Amino acid sequence: MIRLEPRTDPSQTMIILTPILAVLATMVVGGILFVTLGKNPFEAIRMIFWDPLFGEHAFYYRGQILVKAAPLIMIALGLSFGFRAGIWNIGAEGQFIMGAVIGGATGLALYPLDSFIVFPLMVVMGALGGFLWAMIPAFLKIRFNANEILVSLMLVYVAFNFLIGMVTGPLRNPDGFNFPESRSFQDFPAAHNPELWAGTGIHLGVLTTLGFIILAYIMITRHIFGFNVRLAGQAPRAAKFAGVSPNKMIAICLGLSGALAGMAGLFEVTGPAGKLTTTFPLGYGFTAIIVAFLGRLHPIGILLAGLLMAVTYVGGDIIQSQLSLPKASIQVFQGMLLFFLLAVDVLVNFRLRISKRISK
Amino acid sequence: MKLLKTLMTGAALVVGLGGMAQAEDKTKVGFVYVGPVGDFGWSYEHNEGRKAVEEAFGDKVETMFVESVPEGADSERVMTQMALDGADLIFTTSFGYMDPTINVAKKFPNVKFEHATGYKQADNVSIYSARFYEGRSVIGHIAGHMTKSNTIGYIASFPIPEVIRGINAAYIAAKKVNPDVKLKIVWAYTWFDPAKEADAATALIEQGADIIMQHTDSPAAMTIAEEKGMYAFGQASDMKQFGPTARLSSIIDDWAPYYIARTQAVMDGTWESTSTWDGIKEGMVGIGDFSNDIPADVQASATALKEALISGATHSFTGPVNKQDGSSWLASGETADDGTLAGMNFYVEGIEGEVPN
Amino acid sequence: MDISIVSLLATLIVAATPILLAATGELIVEKSGVLNLGVEGMMIIGAICGFIAAVNTDSPLIGFIVAALAGAALSLLFAVLTQYLLANQVASGLALTLFGLGLSALLGHGYSGIKPPSSPKMEWFGMAELPVVGPIFFNHDMMVYFSIFLVLVVWLFLKFTRGGLILRAVGENHEAAHALGYKVIRIRILAIMFGGACAGMGGAYLSLVRVPQWTEGMTAGAGWIALAIVVFASWKPWRLILGAYLFGGVTILQLNLQANGFDMPVSYLSMAPYLVTIVVLVIMSADRRRASLNAPASLGKIFHASS
Repeated sequence: MIRLEPRTDPSQTMIILTPILAVLATMVVGGILFVTLGKNPFEAIRMIFWDPLFGEHAFYYRGQILVKAAPLIMIALGLSFGFRAGIWNIGAEGQFIMGAVIGGATGLALYPLDSFIVFPLMVVMGALGGFLWAMIPAFLKIRFNANEILVSLMLVYVAFNFLIGMVTGPLRNPDGFNFPESRSFQDFPAAHNPELWAGTGIHLGVLTTLGFIILAYIMITRHIFGFNVRLAGQAPRAAKFAGVSPNKMIAICLGLSGALAGMAGLFEVTGPAGKLTTTFPLGYGFTAIIVAFLGRLHPIGILLAGLLMAVTYVGGDIIQSQLSLPKASIQVFQGMLLFFLLAVDVLVNFRLRISKRISK
Repeated sequence: MKLLKTLMTGAALVVGLGGMAQAEDKTKVGFVYVGPVGDFGWSYEHNEGRKAVEEAFGDKVETMFVESVPEGADSERVMTQMALDGADLIFTTSFGYMDPTINVAKKFPNVKFEHATGYKQADNVSIYSARFYEGRSVIGHIAGHMTKSNTIGYIASFPIPEVIRGINAAYIAAKKVNPDVKLKIVWAYTWFDPAKEADAATALIEQGADIIMQHTDSPAAMTIAEEKGMYAFGQASDMKQFGPTARLSSIIDDWAPYYIARTQAVMDGTWESTSTWDGIKEGMVGIGDFSNDIPADVQASATALKEALISGATHSFTGPVNKQDGSSWLASGETADDGTLAGMNFYVEGIEGEVPN
Repeated sequence: MDISIVSLLATLIVAATPILLAATGELIVEKSGVLNLGVEGMMIIGAICGFIAAVNTDSPLIGFIVAALAGAALSLLFAVLTQYLLANQVASGLALTLFGLGLSALLGHGYSGIKPPSSPKMEWFGMAELPVVGPIFFNHDMMVYFSIFLVLVVWLFLKFTRGGLILRAVGENHEAAHALGYKVIRIRILAIMFGGACAGMGGAYLSLVRVPQWTEGMTAGAGWIALAIVVFASWKPWRLILGAYLFGGVTILQLNLQANGFDMPVSYLSMAPYLVTIVVLVIMSADRRRASLNAPASLGKIFHASS
């Protein structure tokens, strides 16, 4: 029978190998899926993974990958600290929305002021919006021991309805024929988050994300906070003895992830989305959770995982228009990728042992 | 910033020219849908239009489409993708695609864009929409006759001019034949959410409505009406299979004539940027068959109304009509102009409740 | 303002049934110490599989049975991942949701716009004709009554049977249960599959009775609500009913108020059910003594028999 034997140390080779194994397994099973849908599997796989990076129009797609990956990575970085410490912020989508709404509202309130201070102020307010929204589950957990998974999740729906209320009401574009959306940030240069270099897709959010990756790396590997977070996750009692206050940890981790999600929301709404509408939230808050896990909660891993997810998004659009495959096929693909990664991950900490059945 | 724009346009021209250099015999037409083609509503009908184009032109045309494309950066990417893949004409079928369409159109000046329900045009961007309110007049007329409880339930999506126009048109027509009729409106704040639409229909029926109208995309309300033995009207598609006895008639979006005409124009080289707002006359708005439950005289008067709308003898918004607050809007015999209609944000007199804002 | 209380209550019960079914299943799963966030994925797989089965066999009953089997099958993926491959439960649950949503959309691609066979309403020997109580309590389809019956069965199981005791033991302290010789993994897998079956039936209720139609993503977050209701109920079966009906009630009330011309800002009314859930969650959790007595102590912890 096959048994799992714990390793004494996590296998270094496996840490590198498992994501590759997972991607390969997904390609194989995904290929079978495409065959059942009546398409050439090799063509489909090529369109998902190869074309966005090296294909005919890759010069455009590569930029789009960055655009898609930046918010995912930014949110996932914030989440990773909490996840390491066992604090599960599932409501990042709600914090993303609130950051966009509050930051965006600040900018719209200042329209048409043309000052360099507008955008930085919006970024700060966006971070603040997400931070405050994440503080609700933090406070309720600290004070009342309420489960942060459920509170933060419920708040996603509250935030979404708040967005609708704002966008059909106070934040509605007065020049917009009564449509439920805000003024377009494209029409407000001081508040706009455009592509900095044409065709690269790089906007301020992308640059900020890069900065955060470096910061997160330093924090998790060298800073005492990073150490405390890792300790709290792996040995909660030891952490307590070491003086790590669990309440402080909850507040900081949730606050941090909220702020980052809020900022990502602000960058997204002033850049790629262009305006506050009822449909701008695309589920990045939830996808970021997957990215965080795919990246093993490590900043470099998250960077790679975010890029990988973004490639599947861009590739997914390609197979839709080129092969007439339904949008759902790429969702299945992404789910499978995560499944396989979680499955092969066990090989990092455990060894496979095939032994003869011991007769009882 | 200006330098960047110049660089970008320069780059775009190179790409565009490159695209032209690979001139193909087939005309490539792309379609961007905001919802799933299986919604039996908005996106479904646009896709039917696409299929009509394929059927009309056979080998001379190649179509491609992407469904459920969110507004914003994703739609820009999909449009750019299609343009890079050699599309000659791209239909973007949602109001929210407006800015993305304009942005992508700038980068690909040789590709023609058709944007539905928007208001921004460009040299290579046309806008088009349908006078659905004409259809509302016809079904409002029928509803006014058919309601026994004098309450019509209306499931509205978002308080935008198009929806408010529909509500007003339906009410005016119903009231004309039935002065006691009342309209109960529920705002679903979604274009497509079958569960919510079903709940809204149930709530309206519980509050006394015996006829349901909707400005949302799924057949859920029709299904509920069928279940509860009430009447309803199909929206965007006929929806007869959902309400075999419930369906009185329907408003059908028929994009085929327009899509075929525009594709032909691209093929002939006569395409120009236009603003089109077509109604029943041009075939963009279709009225579904009348159910046998509708008495012959009502069927006749409804048909007459339809013919009058086509010929121009009647306009959906003809005075005397006052605004909800009592102030006069249209004098006797006066008809509403397109500008007011495009930005309509008020109810007409007699409708209870406020426009949410 | 004349809102018909009778029809409001009747509709509320129908609205609450899918989440009640899913929550009942999840309660068992969590009692065994596993947190399965994939309820949404299992519900929607049940919705489409039940729909396909019902449409092809013209029998809603077969639809529900197939939905239960489909939900259980999907949950098996989660079970293998978390129990054998020791994957993180939060991530696995989310992967399940994502995968379930995508797979259901793929399966359902040819099934949009089809009407399923209708589920007959029961009459209870004419009691449905009684004024007031008739329409509220006695005129629903069989799944409504089944959902309440299921709660009863679960309550009896947990409280009075040996199996229930073992399940609770596994949830409270899996190390001790293992030491006592109970097969922790097997018990958990069975619990997970039960949860999957219930969630599948809940999803099928949406596509076969409540809407009734198939549409991509039609569960619209119902799975998450079910999770919240389990906590709301402090893992006590009877309170599930209260939670589900409360939640369904606020949702329906908002629509009825609107239909009555009650001019309230719609989006703020729509927030109400979620805010109410948070408030109740807080109240339930604030009583630390009671809360800790009910939440299974091993909830979410990975078990590996390292022997």
